[in-house]
Parts: sequence; structure tokens; C-alpha cells
Amino acid sequence: MFSVPLWLCGGFWGMLKIGQSHYDALRQHGEDTYPHECCGVLLGQMDGDARIVTSVARCGNTRSDSPHNRYNIDPRELIRIQREGRERGEDIVGFYHSHPDHPPRWSPTDLAEAHWIGCSYVITSVEKGKAAVTNSFELVGSEENDKKLVEEEIKVT
Amino acid sequence: MTKIHIPTPLRQYAGKQATIEIKAGTIGDALSGLISKHPDLRRHLYTDEGKLRAFVNVYLNDEDVRYLQKEATAVKDSDTISIVPSIAGGAAGLTIS
Repeated sequence: MFSVPLWLCGGFWGMLKIGQSHYDALRQHGEDTYPHECCGVLLGQMDGDARIVTSVARCGNTRSDSPHNRYNIDPRELIRIQREGRERGEDIVGFYHSHPDHPPRWSPTDLAEAHWIGCSYVITSVEKGKAAVTNSFELVGSEENDKKLVEEEIKVT
Repeated sequence: MTKIHIPTPLRQYAGKQATIEIKAGTIGDALSGLISKHPDLRRHLYTDEGKLRAFVNVYLNDEDVRYLQKEATAVKDSDTISIVPSIAGGAAGLTIS
């Protein structure tokens, strides 16, 4: 969390650290909901420019009007996840969703609807029902007008 | 005192606190009390016209205040207010290449 956007400093040093089982779980979720998008919350700790994931919470996709290419998490579900995380000493550090039969890049919709600056947005492409590539992007910037999604390294531990 | 939970992206504008306690009679009181304590939060919560930003959800316990009495919704000391920016997106608009 910086007042000067990270990307202006010339470095892509953001990183998402996630355990293998949590990484597998978010990819599996994309297969389970195929051909619809899955979505969920990453909880853990912010550690400087890194986000350390210590648990993953599956969410329902409320976009029943267009679930193959849109997702939305019910704020009520998020509040519950946030409360349960708080009891374990965890904060929300990011979110994940899938792109069924679409590339694992952020879309214009993903950027327009991303508002949690400093958090990770993980995207998994699911091709014909199989999880393919998983990428992570940090939402950087100081406010809505200058926000950007910047690719970051995923370190699976 | 009513508890207000601050989402991770806004804590840097709220003295790095996750929870702030405010004495308030309504949601509107609570939000204006929060902003008078932490003025940097204003532009992240409100538009230049002074309206709560569309993507900022304010919940009183488990209820969206839009479906209660909005900013006039009464709050008690035992209540919890959560500020929850929306979480949404999707592949729509992405070209397949």
C-alpha cells in the first residue's frame, strides 16, 4: 500500500506466495464450475510487496445472468469470510476467478470492476474443463483514476 | 461505540487500523465521524459530488444499508458496520487469441 503507485517506480516486485494445496484448490474450483466462472477470496498476510496466502475461501458466483464470462461475490459472503479470517488472524489479500475458454489475462471488465488496491487478482484459464494457466495481477495505483493491474510472480510453496 | 471494519485497501488512509470505533446514531453519522477522523478516506468513499461511490457497499451487520434507510439507518453501540468495495469482473470483453 503506497501513495506512489508501484508501477511508477519501475519495478514489478509484487509477489503472491501460496501453498501448493491452496494453489491446487483455486485451480480445481475453476474446473468444478466450468463452463461458468468460479470466484473466491485469498486470505493471509500482507508482507511488504508480497501477499502470503494462508487460506482460500470458495464463493458463489452471483452473476447468474452471465456466469460464463462474469463473476460477482456477494458482499454478505465476503463479510462472513472476512469475519472468520479475522478470528484466525488473517486479512483479505486477494481474490481469484476463472476464465473458461478465455486467456489467463485480465479483461477490461476485470480492471473496471477491481477496487481492492494493493490486493492480488488471480486468474486461471480453464480450457475445455481443464485448468490451464494461472496468473496473478496486483491492483496498483493510488485511486480509481490511476489503477492498473500489473502481473506479479506467483511463488508456490 | 459502533465498530467500523475497514477493508485492507483503505487502511492506509485510516491510520493502518482494521477497525475503528465511532459514537454514532446513524450510518451517516458514523461515516462522517470516520471521515472527520481520517479525512484521506473521503475521496475513496465519495465521488466529487459527495455521493457514496457505486462500488462501495456499506453493511450494517449483515444488511446492505441501501435496503434499509441508507444513511439515515439507525445504529446501536453493539452494531458492526462493514465497508466492502465490490468484487467482480470476468472474461467479458477479452478477445480470444
